Amino acid sequence: MFNFSIVTGWIHQLLTGFLPEWTAILIESVLVALAIITLYAVFAIVLIYMERKVCAFFQCRLGPNRVGKWGTLQVFCDVFKMLTKEIITMRNTDLLLHNLAPFLVVTASMLTFACLPWNAGAQIIDFNVGVFFLLAASSIGVVGILLAGWSSNNKYSLIGAMRSGAQIISYELSIGMTMLTMICLTGTMSISGICEDQAANGWNIVRGHVPAVIAFIIYLIAGNAECNRGPFDLPESESELTAGYHTEYSGMHFGFYYLAEYLNLFITAGIATTIFLGGWAPLHIVGLSALNGVMDMIPGFVWFVGKTFFVVFLLMWLRWTFPRLRIDQILSLEWKYLVPISMVNLVLMALCVAFGLHF
Amino acid sequence: MDSQNIMFTVLAVLIVLASFATVLTKSVIRAATYLLLVLLGTAGLYFLLGYTFLGSVQIMVYAGGIVVLYVFSILLTSGAKETLSRNSRIKTAAAAVLSLAGFAAVLFVIFQQKFIIEAAVLGAPVESVEGGTSIAEIGRQMLSTEKGGYLLPFEAVSVLLLACIVGGLLIARKR
Repeated sequence: MFNFSIVTGWIHQLLTGFLPEWTAILIESVLVALAIITLYAVFAIVLIYMERKVCAFFQCRLGPNRVGKWGTLQVFCDVFKMLTKEIITMRNTDLLLHNLAPFLVVTASMLTFACLPWNAGAQIIDFNVGVFFLLAASSIGVVGILLAGWSSNNKYSLIGAMRSGAQIISYELSIGMTMLTMICLTGTMSISGICEDQAANGWNIVRGHVPAVIAFIIYLIAGNAECNRGPFDLPESESELTAGYHTEYSGMHFGFYYLAEYLNLFITAGIATTIFLGGWAPLHIVGLSALNGVMDMIPGFVWFVGKTFFVVFLLMWLRWTFPRLRIDQILSLEWKYLVPISMVNLVLMALCVAFGLHF
Repeated sequence: MDSQNIMFTVLAVLIVLASFATVLTKSVIRAATYLLLVLLGTAGLYFLLGYTFLGSVQIMVYAGGIVVLYVFSILLTSGAKETLSRNSRIKTAAAAVLSLAGFAAVLFVIFQQKFIIEAAVLGAPVESVEGGTSIAEIGRQMLSTEKGGYLLPFEAVSVLLLACIVGGLLIARKR
């Protein structure tokens, strides 16, 4: 497998060759930040196009097909439209908080985005507490949503924000629990460590068999709820709350919520890929060394993005298949079913690991 | 001057300004937002020192937990629109004297302390895994019963949290 740290090491050597170390690190940080922002925008555009097409096919429609071949330029047009729209300022609201809220949401989303493992040696944020940092970073976004709902000075927005807050805080619990289950199996919390472990020993979902599959299903449900999507999209249920917490936002401030929503979908899928489906690790089948050799030729970046888009497709499938739940149904699903199941599942996984019952 | 110092300056200025804003603003919900910035800045300092676990806990517990709880309870009660009234002269004077005394105490402690000036200055933030801050080491300490182990306090805190949950349920239950 190609290790990306060769490239980063070479750039570091080159820059420290003629610059003092702090300038080199500063330039590298700026380059990394630019790379993150570019990837963020590119994936948002791809995801919005994919969502429209997938949604259309699930509803027996064609989806966008007028602008460009197969409607591929539609999203670019929408982005330019969004960028040129006026940002409306309102009276009787707290303007500072109203303008700050979308940035909090986008910052949390970007910080989580930076934790994803793109390739061997291509992690941006890689701590030994990796998974924990990831959970912590994603929890900042709730504040942004609550502030957005409050500072809009609109009852529908406030109700949407409260629903979203209650939902995200509840479902964080089972996400944390499923991650703990898989950390139990891999024995490390560092994201690069988890990927390397799976590259050497096989994907977690195969290694951990029954408890891992249960954890994967719980993670998909809870992850969908974390993104305010799918059957759990009642913070912005358009038939009762107009658009929920971002009703009063216009122009690019609304665009930030839109971006963050799609990227959170990608991040949820990316974490599922990292923790269950091997991250950048290629598909290996024990005994078929020819196949394994061919699979090793495909770069890790392609593996990671491919698997992530597979999980994104699963999540979109969920979203466009199930009708929306009520808020009490959502909360009782989490507290009465998912949390107890994931606790039992954690014990099951601990037993499997303790008695060596995994592959 | 290195990147460590630049980042420290940025974070320190952020923390100081946001702390002032927290106590000077008249709106309750703005104060909570500025408090969030202070807490994030503190987490940034921990990351700068290489204590990633502490930084993550700071974000998770304070930014993701406490501030969300504050904002939630401000929104649920009708206090969100309220602003503080002007204080009386005596109150202002007493607050000024108290904060100056606190400031003097902090300065006294800082100047009494003999800091090791020649401590190794890092070029970039590095995780100090050897210093017992890796997650495996922390976990072992937390559940160890040997000297320096934290099992008893850990369990005591668990019982405290359980008591809090039961109490919360008792208050919130349907009669």
